This record gives sequence, C-alpha cells and structure tokens, in this order.
Amino acid sequence: MKIIVCIKQVPNTTEIKIDPVKNTLIRDGVPSIINPDDKTAIEVALRLKEKHGAEVVVLTMGPMQAEKALREALAMGADQAYLLSDRAFAGSDTLATSTIIAAAVKKLGADLVLCGRQAIDGDTAQVGPQIAEHLDIPQITYAAAVDYDEERETIIVKRQFEDRYQTLEAKGLCLITVLSTLGTPRYMNVWDMVAQDEKEIGIITFADLDLDKANIGLGGSPTKVKSTATKQFDKTIETVELDPEAAARTIVDALKARHLI
Amino acid sequence: MADYKSILFEQMIKDFAENEVKPLAQEVDEQERFPVETVEKMAKMGLFGIIIPRQYGGAGGNYNMYISAVEELSKHCGTTGVILSAHTSLCAAPILEYGTEEQKQKYLPDLASGKKIGAFGLTEPNAGTDASNQQTRAIEMEDHYLLNGSKIFITNAGYASTYVIIAVTGKGPKGPEMSAFIVEKAFPGFSIGKKEKKMGIRGSSTCELIFENVKVPKENMLGKRGDGFKIAMKTLDGGRVGIAAQALGIAEGALQATIAYVKSRKQFGKSISAFQNTQFILADLATRTEAAKLLVYAAVDAKQNKLPTLSLKAAQAKLYAAETAMEVTTKCVQLHGGYGYTREYPIERMMRDAKITEIYEGTSEVQRMVISGALLRK
Repeated sequence: MKIIVCIKQVPNTTEIKIDPVKNTLIRDGVPSIINPDDKTAIEVALRLKEKHGAEVVVLTMGPMQAEKALREALAMGADQAYLLSDRAFAGSDTLATSTIIAAAVKKLGADLVLCGRQAIDGDTAQVGPQIAEHLDIPQITYAAAVDYDEERETIIVKRQFEDRYQTLEAKGLCLITVLSTLGTPRYMNVWDMVAQDEKEIGIITFADLDLDKANIGLGGSPTKVKSTATKQFDKTIETVELDPEAAARTIVDALKARHLI
Repeated sequence: MADYKSILFEQMIKDFAENEVKPLAQEVDEQERFPVETVEKMAKMGLFGIIIPRQYGGAGGNYNMYISAVEELSKHCGTTGVILSAHTSLCAAPILEYGTEEQKQKYLPDLASGKKIGAFGLTEPNAGTDASNQQTRAIEMEDHYLLNGSKIFITNAGYASTYVIIAVTGKGPKGPEMSAFIVEKAFPGFSIGKKEKKMGIRGSSTCELIFENVKVPKENMLGKRGDGFKIAMKTLDGGRVGIAAQALGIAEGALQATIAYVKSRKQFGKSISAFQNTQFILADLATRTEAAKLLVYAAVDAKQNKLPTLSLKAAQAKLYAAETAMEVTTKCVQLHGGYGYTREYPIERMMRDAKITEIYEGTSEVQRMVISGALLRK
C-alpha cells in the first residue's frame, strides 16, 4: 500500500500576534510547524505502515523552507518526501492549490491519500476535499479513526459528526481527512532523524506536472480577499459576589441574555 | 544544506523534556521513583542509542546530540538526565570502545533500543576517590572468572541489565592488577543490595551491587586483562562530559524557572525583577552558565574528534559546570525567598540535584587533580 500524506507548514498560531494598525498577522520570528491535523494524518499513515506494511510518502507545497516540515515527517518514520515548489504556484488559493496537489498525487501514484482536516492558518478545510474532486475519487472527511481490513482490502473510517459517528468502508483509492483528536502524533526518533540526512527531498515543479497555467497561482485563483478585520474585545468586567448556586444561575442568565446558549 | 539533523533533534528533545519530563519531575523526586514510563518513551525515540553505530542497532548520531539530550532533560529533571548519561557514557561507550566484535554484537543492540539499561561499577566502600584500592576480586578459573565482592553508589543499578564491572584479577607491577568485565543481571550469584536514600536525584536508582561466586564467562572480559583501571579512567573522562551537561542543564533550568518567578512576584508594589539586585544577580548567573556551556561543548568537541585533550577538557567542564550549577541554584533559591525553600516550587529540588554533580564521577577535588596533573606534567 502506498500512502500519500499531504501536509502544510504553518506558523505556530499559538505564538502569533496581530498588527494592530494593519490588521494582519505578524509572521516574523514566528516558528513554523507541521499543521496539527496534518501531523495526525502522518501518524495515521505510520500506524497503518506498522500494522499492515505500507510506503509512506509525504507531500507539501510551499517555499523551500517547507523542507523542514518534510524532514520532520521523515524523522517520524515516513519513507519519502516531495516538495511542490515553483514560482508559478505562488499565490494559489485553495482551488489552485488542490489542482496542483492533485496533479502531483496523480504523478506519484497512491493507494490511499491522507490529509489533515484543515490548517490552523486558513481554517478552510477545503483543500482535502478539492483534491479528491480533482482526482475524481471518493472522500471521507472528519475521520476520528482509520483502520484497514487486510483480507477484504478495505479501509474502515469512523467519521465524526457533531452528535454521532458514521462508520464508512472504502475499497480502492480514496482520500481521507483526519482530525487531530484521532491520536497524538509520535515524537521523531533518532534512528530516522539521522537516516533522513542521507535522503533527498524530491522537488516537483510546474514542468513536471500536467497543468494549465490558467488554473494555478495567483492568476488561477478565484478567491480574492476583500478586507480583513480584527474583532475588538469588550473588556468591561462585572464583578458580583454570590454563593455557588446563585453564581451559576447568574452566569446562565447572562449567557442566555446574550443568546450564547 | 541546513543541518536539519541538529535542528530537528533540538526541537524533539525540547518538546519531549517540556511535555513528558517536566510534569513528572516533582513526583519522581518526592516518591523517590525511577521514571519507568519516561525511560520507555525515551527508548522508543532511540535516545538510548544515539551514539551507538547503526550496525549495532543504534542511531549513529553524534556526541553533540547525546550531550544536548542530557542537558535538555536535566533542565527539568536531574534524575532523568543522569539515567541517560550513566547508560550511555559508562556502559554503552566502553563496550563500543573496548569490546570485541562479538561483545558489541551481543550487548549493544539491546542497549541501543533501551530494552536493556546499562550501568557501571567501580566505586566500593573503601575505594571512592582512591579508586585503585579495589576489593572486588575476579579469580581466573578454567573457563570463567569467579567474581566476589561488592560495589556501592551505582547509578541505574536497580533497573539495569548490563553492567561494566571493574575487579582485581591479580597483582601487577605497581599494585593490584585490575580488569573490566561485562556482567549480566541474570548471572547467578549477582544481586542488587541496599538502595540509597539521597539528598537529590532521588528518582535515580542508586544501589549496592553484590557478587557472590558469580561465574563470569572469560569472553566477557572487556579489553585486555590488566587494562581495567585504564578503561575505568578513560570511561570516566567521557562520563564527566555527561555529568557536566547534567550540571549545565540544572543551572539553565533553574535560571528559566527563576526568571519566570521574579517577573510574577510582586513586592513593594512592583515585580521583583524591577530591582537592580535581582537584575545583577541574574546577569551574573546567566553569564556564568553560558561560560559553562562553552566549556561543556569544547569537551564534546574533544570527545567527538577523539582529541588527546579530552581528559583535561572533560575535567574542566565538569568542575566548572558543577560549581556553576551549585551557585546558580543556591542563588536562585535566594531570589525565590521563602517560597524557594518550599517544595511548591522546583527550585529547592534543583539545588539538591545540583550538589551531586560536584561529587559523582570524580569530585570537584578529583577534577582539580586531573587538571593540575595535565598542567604540571608538561
């Protein structure tokens, strides 16, 4: 089984600050990490590899600095890594990005594609499903558990809804987006960390893929950001001293009054 | 190309120390409990085999990675730091350096995977700094050595499975002839004695080793007969770099904790970090710690590149880092005031942990002997 895991390098948003004048994210000096949902997707792939045997290939699109994220995945135990990097890819929105990634998946060939549900910098949750659409393969989103039945060559996914789970089975190539709550990603290990030093990262450029320039990059992106705004928090604090029961009632009433519950 | 191996190692060990080691440190100290769960996690990550070559099941990493691991772990828990240091420097390293091909293939894979933990036995009740005054005897028989005697203050003793043991095998030209042996926990007649109750590194398993007619196969002699003392001294040169890194880590951890404390603690209407006394003490301690770090990594360089200056550099690094750890933690307790004396804050534990680094693997006095010896021999 060849598993392609699509990952994204994102700024560690727990350390990010917002420029109060321009209303934009200050990314300078903020460390980059593997997007948490994507890191869990790597973990899922590595668990499948341990249990059933698989080749785990990690794929990302981004500037050359994204190599660090790929090398981290290799140090966790992934077998190969590819970086989609080309000036022609710059400025891509989710649709253009998924067009490019789908073309790369097609080129590399896979039996299973795993993605994280969504990235903490954009929170769109669109790229995974869009890749599946471009490839015209089934997709299962919001996976809370992923297993494989070797005898029946079937992937079994527990899909999470707000109030219930749905268990789905898939045969043949499909794409799954996983939730970070599925499992804690393992730490890197020293064996693979030293071994990754000798591995090459495959660079995939525009010339390597069957793509139309009209569908990728800034020009191929229908999404346009009109404006961004930062929510202003009202910091007026009301202090009342009450016994626990009255306090609970007061809180509930206050939340109700603001239509929060 | 960027040195991703080092960048990723630093990220991994920092995350691990903060998320897995720090939360357990207080409990491990209070209950005097060997952190088995942490050791299992470290084994999975390959931390016990960093410097062991790949052909023996290790990661084939460098000395720098190993030492930075001891440093990072010790920032939060001195106990965890020394478990790794004793295993690597005092057991895996001498087998790697002096072992036969058969010994390496037999013992290193399990030490690398952490399936077995390593320990080293030199010290005896009457052979501390005077390490050549060994009483443990290994008498040559037909196909084995018969080992009798005891060792004390052995780090990792209760949880180790592979031990490098120094014993007297006869009379040499200038005193007792000593040899080194690889002893397995399962050898009949070998038992673990009293566990020490200690001031610091209380989770570390420090016990007595007892040998009663233990048959050690002849092929388990490490190095040549009569090389025991030399092997022990060379092994301790390497071990001292590990302990220096532990001391450095403790000093850095104490500074980290104290910087956070002085910023939040308010007296006379302002945070105590606003007082010049606090600022100047912190400045001095941070500078001294940085100097210790440079000495530690100079010794790492000597070890990594097998330089003849290792013995001197290791002694200087350990002497300075240990005394730095003691000074930093003592002054950090003072900056914490009354709270620093309570177990509510980690700083008193760090001070207790720091003290051992001035004592084991050669006291500060021994380091001064080694350093002055190197100076005056010239």
